[in-house]
Amino acid sequence: MTAHFNEMYQNGAVRAPYARLEGWTKAMPAELRHLKQAEAEALFRRIGITFAVYGEGGDPDRLIPFDMFPRVFTAQEWARLERGIKQRARALNAFLVDVYGRGEIVRSGRIPARLVYQNDAYEKAVVGFVPPKGVYSHIVGIDLVRTGPEDFFVLEDNCRTPSGVSYMLENREIMMRMFPDLFRENRIEPVDRYPEILRRTLASVAPQKCRHDPVVVILTPGHFNSAYYEHSFLADMMGVELVEGQDLFVQGEYVYMRTTEGPKRVDVIYRRIDDAFIDPLCFRPDSMLGIPGLMDVYRSGGVSICSAPGAGVADDKAVYTYVPEMIRFYLGEEPLLMNVPTWKCAEADDLAYVLDKLGDLVVKEVHGSGGYGMLIGPTSSAAEIETFRGRILADPGNYIAQPTLALSTTPTFVEQGIAPRHVDLRPYCLVGERIELVPGGLTRVALKEGSLVVNSSQGGGVKDTWVLAE
Amino acid sequence: MLSRTAANLYWIARYMERAETAARLLEVGARISLLPSAQGYRNEWDSLLLAAGSSIGFRAKYGEAVPRNIESWLFFDRDNPSSVAASITSARENGRIVRTALTSQVWDALNGAFQDLRDLERQPRSGLELSRITEWTMRQCAMMRGAIDATLLRNDGYNFLNLGYYLERGDSTARLMDVKYYVLLPKIEYVGTGYDNYQWTTLLRALSSHRAFHWAYGGEVTASKIAHFLILNPQCPRSLITCVAGMNNHLGRLAKLYGQPTDLQARVAALQSQIEGLNEDMIFEEGLHEFLSRFIIETADLAAMVHETYLSGDMR
Repeated sequence: MTAHFNEMYQNGAVRAPYARLEGWTKAMPAELRHLKQAEAEALFRRIGITFAVYGEGGDPDRLIPFDMFPRVFTAQEWARLERGIKQRARALNAFLVDVYGRGEIVRSGRIPARLVYQNDAYEKAVVGFVPPKGVYSHIVGIDLVRTGPEDFFVLEDNCRTPSGVSYMLENREIMMRMFPDLFRENRIEPVDRYPEILRRTLASVAPQKCRHDPVVVILTPGHFNSAYYEHSFLADMMGVELVEGQDLFVQGEYVYMRTTEGPKRVDVIYRRIDDAFIDPLCFRPDSMLGIPGLMDVYRSGGVSICSAPGAGVADDKAVYTYVPEMIRFYLGEEPLLMNVPTWKCAEADDLAYVLDKLGDLVVKEVHGSGGYGMLIGPTSSAAEIETFRGRILADPGNYIAQPTLALSTTPTFVEQGIAPRHVDLRPYCLVGERIELVPGGLTRVALKEGSLVVNSSQGGGVKDTWVLAE
Repeated sequence: MLSRTAANLYWIARYMERAETAARLLEVGARISLLPSAQGYRNEWDSLLLAAGSSIGFRAKYGEAVPRNIESWLFFDRDNPSSVAASITSARENGRIVRTALTSQVWDALNGAFQDLRDLERQPRSGLELSRITEWTMRQCAMMRGAIDATLLRNDGYNFLNLGYYLERGDSTARLMDVKYYVLLPKIEYVGTGYDNYQWTTLLRALSSHRAFHWAYGGEVTASKIAHFLILNPQCPRSLITCVAGMNNHLGRLAKLYGQPTDLQARVAALQSQIEGLNEDMIFEEGLHEFLSRFIIETADLAAMVHETYLSGDMR
């Protein structure tokens, strides 16, 4: 059994960032803790922060379990992460502009052509088009894990429409409401500027043809979507309209929304629906969520779409392995954040190694997400491993493998009191005219003892994430 | 404002008012049926379903009009799109979609009603007094109105909410009055008797206007005084004239806000001056039922025009 790095206790002593939290937990009897937990839940319900799960029976409005024990970073730790995250966001965007343009990185032989050009996420419809300010991915969610005091690894990049930022903001609001003393005692960097920065970022990539103060909207698949709360929350915080496909239409060279005063022009669309659905004339013809003709307007500079169609090719799990190479190639810098060592089953040597060590590795589908379609070797039965072996052999190119990381833990409230549970971190980097990052992110926690899966769809919870001021 | 947002707001109001109407109908029915009559309770409850416009749906599901089934149908049954439960659920779903156009007080009132409703649905029916659930409904509707009036910006969304309220309420008052027509239809000789007056009083009670009526008119309760009160008196908060004037007011505010006069408002203004020119004798001359039917049809036409004018977002 590997020793897991505990972010609060090290060699029996409390690490500095958590110093003031020990007294706080000690002073909280079990009854008070239960009371507070119930209060937090009631607050979440009242605000309406649920993630709707339809079609599975049970309560359609479920709460993501919220753990009141905060996760803390020092200013120094964060400064390092911030540099690494921004570096990565720059490189990913440079890569996107390149592969839809001249493809220098492929020509130079640093990344295989088929991985890019035959990727399902590569949009031929936008080849040769450079979005405003050369930005494809405006909100880059980078999933990080920690294995030691100085060791952070990037687990994956999310360049399309990473979700969860509303939890970052609401977790903080609720913590401040319930434990104001904690915020007086600790100097915690605020995160509440996020919506303002997001709006500025979106406005900064208005299309060339827009000569006025840009009209920004958020495009949602609708109120049945599990992240609908987040869409409406962000629209509200930014003061922009939350639209569905049916609210927009194309006329001439522009996109308009249907309003009570008649049609109104839209300049920037922050879409929370996939490429495949945004325009039935260009992509899936059966999409009821999109706007016919949108891509024509987009390519002629009449509207901006965030993230830009085609951005998905950069966050593919097979492309992920080349991100350090991108950083060197485009920025001439050494990567500040490490990738998790990854074996590509598409390559014969790697495949042989993976099949040999299947019981020790984590194997993921290249295009999978949400913790589905993966094998965690050490916690799987022999039969499960054999079944998975068959699947890998049938389509090796669809899989990558990584060592099981010794994910760090933070103290978490559990039934019996406080116990260490594994966590990860998703900060949200905003890319427009400038690159910005609010000090914080979403910490997801695997609530089951020993579990390494933090996804909310599989029993994960969330925590408030603090960055201490210097 | 997005047309769809306006539509959601307008329908929140219509559904909440509709929930209240269902509860008021239940109350009228319960009170009328306490009075011994030649036909027994059945006739009264039947008339209630006719007025609710859901007689066919009820019969298809339950057959005989047994009070318990009617209670279920008008309060809990989601197969009845106008039941209290269905209306509150629809109002809340519309609210969830436009959560950002509501203040947290309005959302709390709406969501609170929905959460309470789910609790009510889990309780055994035998333990639920009819008066408790009708009062509960009216209280929820009142809290919602209060939250809207106390906290919402007086912007276009506020006007669309109120437009929905007045339109639905006018329709509801007309339908509730029309119950009388169905109840009295078989025995025209009841008109003007004590039985007749008792029913009118019951109707007033159901509209929470019993005391107000006595303050305003005094003396004997007569059909003509009540028709005046519920149709022509601008002091009565639920009278047809109040509702039409309310629609006119909010349509006027929208037209001014958008700098765009509409045919819709012209038509509502015409309806208002037409009703203002009436007296109760003229109404009874036409026939109360005929007059009310005409009003209900006019309301449906106005609703269609509201959609066309503001909720479709097309080029005008």
